[in-house]
Amino acid sequence: MADTTLETPVTVHRPRRIKWEAIGDHTILILGALLMMLPPLLALTTASHDAVTIHREGLQLTLGDDLGKNFNAAMFEKGGFTQTVDGTLMLMNSFILGIGFAVGKIVISMMAAYAIVYFRLRFATLAFWVIFTTLLLPLEVRILPSYEAIQKLGLTNTYTGLIVPLIASATGTFFFRQFFMSVPEELAEAARIDGAGPWKFFIDILVPLSRTMIAAIFIIMFVFGWNQYLWPTLITTDESFFTLVRGIKQIVLSYTDSQIPEHGQALALAIVAMIPPVAIVVFFQNWFVKGLTESDK
Amino acid sequence: MAQVSLEGIRKVYPNGFQAVETTSFTIQDGEFVVLVGPSGCGKSTLLRMIAGLEDITEGTLKIGDRVVNDVDPADRDIAMVFQNYALYPHMTVRKNIGYGLKNRGTSTSEIDAKVQDAAKMLNLTEYLDRKPAQLSGGQRQRVAMGRAVVRDPSLFLFDEPLSNLDAKLRNQMRIEIKALQRRLGTTAVYVTHDQVEAMTMADRIIVLNAGRIEQIGTPSEIYHNPASTFVASFMGAPPMNLIDAQVEQGQVKINGYEGLMPASASNTGPVTLGIRPEDVVLDEQGAVPFRVDILEELGAHRLLHGDLGGQSFTVLIGKDHAAEIGETRVRLKPDALRLFDVESGKVL
Repeated sequence: MADTTLETPVTVHRPRRIKWEAIGDHTILILGALLMMLPPLLALTTASHDAVTIHREGLQLTLGDDLGKNFNAAMFEKGGFTQTVDGTLMLMNSFILGIGFAVGKIVISMMAAYAIVYFRLRFATLAFWVIFTTLLLPLEVRILPSYEAIQKLGLTNTYTGLIVPLIASATGTFFFRQFFMSVPEELAEAARIDGAGPWKFFIDILVPLSRTMIAAIFIIMFVFGWNQYLWPTLITTDESFFTLVRGIKQIVLSYTDSQIPEHGQALALAIVAMIPPVAIVVFFQNWFVKGLTESDK
Repeated sequence: MAQVSLEGIRKVYPNGFQAVETTSFTIQDGEFVVLVGPSGCGKSTLLRMIAGLEDITEGTLKIGDRVVNDVDPADRDIAMVFQNYALYPHMTVRKNIGYGLKNRGTSTSEIDAKVQDAAKMLNLTEYLDRKPAQLSGGQRQRVAMGRAVVRDPSLFLFDEPLSNLDAKLRNQMRIEIKALQRRLGTTAVYVTHDQVEAMTMADRIIVLNAGRIEQIGTPSEIYHNPASTFVASFMGAPPMNLIDAQVEQGQVKINGYEGLMPASASNTGPVTLGIRPEDVVLDEQGAVPFRVDILEELGAHRLLHGDLGGQSFTVLIGKDHAAEIGETRVRLKPDALRLFDVESGKVL
């Protein structure tokens, strides 16, 4: 409390000093939060109206009657060109991509960092900087050769093709390298004398020590993988591999039989697509902050 | 139990720096040997070569009858205690102590029994289920000891294990480690830069300087008969007084004051004279004048710092002796005088 005046037995009602600074700060924060909240809120209210209303009048600010109906249809009604795909299938595909992407990235980058930090490789530093420079070559830059390679391997329309080309991660390697370098060298030596080989040291000592780090990177990578749009669009043409993020447009918003597109359902799906990344960040916030700031060594 | 022998061991780092010059010595079975020297003298490198954490450039290392130059640390039958303890932070004390046994395929029940024994020996029984972060410095030190003793190795290696503890705890752990080693009868090599630790714990001390062995001997030999001015000044607190003197006509002289001690005529010329501060006696009839500049009160002793024949000099006197700042005279005990070569610093 900012109020530091001593309590006297005689209760004198003094008006509390108004701290204009705090009010100003909070006003800005609240306005910012509202601004950020507005689009999802609009999506939710609009999703509660039927397609005709939305098509005629645009975005809705009030709640309509069709919220349940739209969500139900979006999640469970088969749609798309083949009429076999529904929201749940796309949600599952999104989870497979998000989790596969994050887990793959963590496994690969941890092992790469382990090799770079703990083994006396020739040119280990060079190797690290080569890996690091790939940060300058994101998927979008090398998308054609990547596509060609996957296509020649016959991996289009598979989960492997969807996930594997994305999991090499300079960011993850960098984070784990920095973390491993801060682990005291004596720990590796003590483990060596205790008879733990390189593999045992990795599994028994390094992985448990990296718990919070792994959690933090998992969150970042899951959200990143979940939001992938370009690569899934290229690599999957079979509707049963569609993820939510790309499926919203392809499945629900398709103009078939001169019908009005199901805007309400699309917005309902958009909200569904937003929930997992938000939930994971909200629930794992503590781990996230811990992983990137503290380390329990 | 094992005898450790180093034959012509040498270490040169890839960048060309010679950390340890060619050295040979043997550590007897059950002996407690302390490697002591200033930082960068190669004592840790020597220990790490024995442990197998550092490659040996040249020479033969034997533990027992086995040449272990190319044997993995895990298979050398050694245990090591590190300066920062190197406990596994995510494991309980029980798992920390048992980890080495687990990796060697010991059965769970046997690990349990051995960990219990080790914990009992080190008063850790009630802390077995805690993690290292929940322990005090002294307790962590004991866990590191437990990890070493539980495997019943033939050789203990200690790398400055007490330097992270406060002074009081250090004294206590010093005694505990020594007692434990006595009881188990395991050969031990102990690295420290603290000469008090070296003096109090060692059966034999090896004094190192700049990658070279200066002297090997029992604490008493090292203290009373230092082989060089380096050993004389490094071991003992306060260090031995080292002052310039001359040998003329078979007598040692300091700035013209004579009658200190006879010396062989072959050493005629300038020498370095060494004498422990406690071997100097305040005596009005003494041969040499001494000016006291500073008086340090240590309780049991007093240290008088001052000037003797134009050179700084320290005298240690008991608490019962009177002393004050100003001019006085001192007598040097003749059998406590040591002469060193001015150039090489070696004892004459």
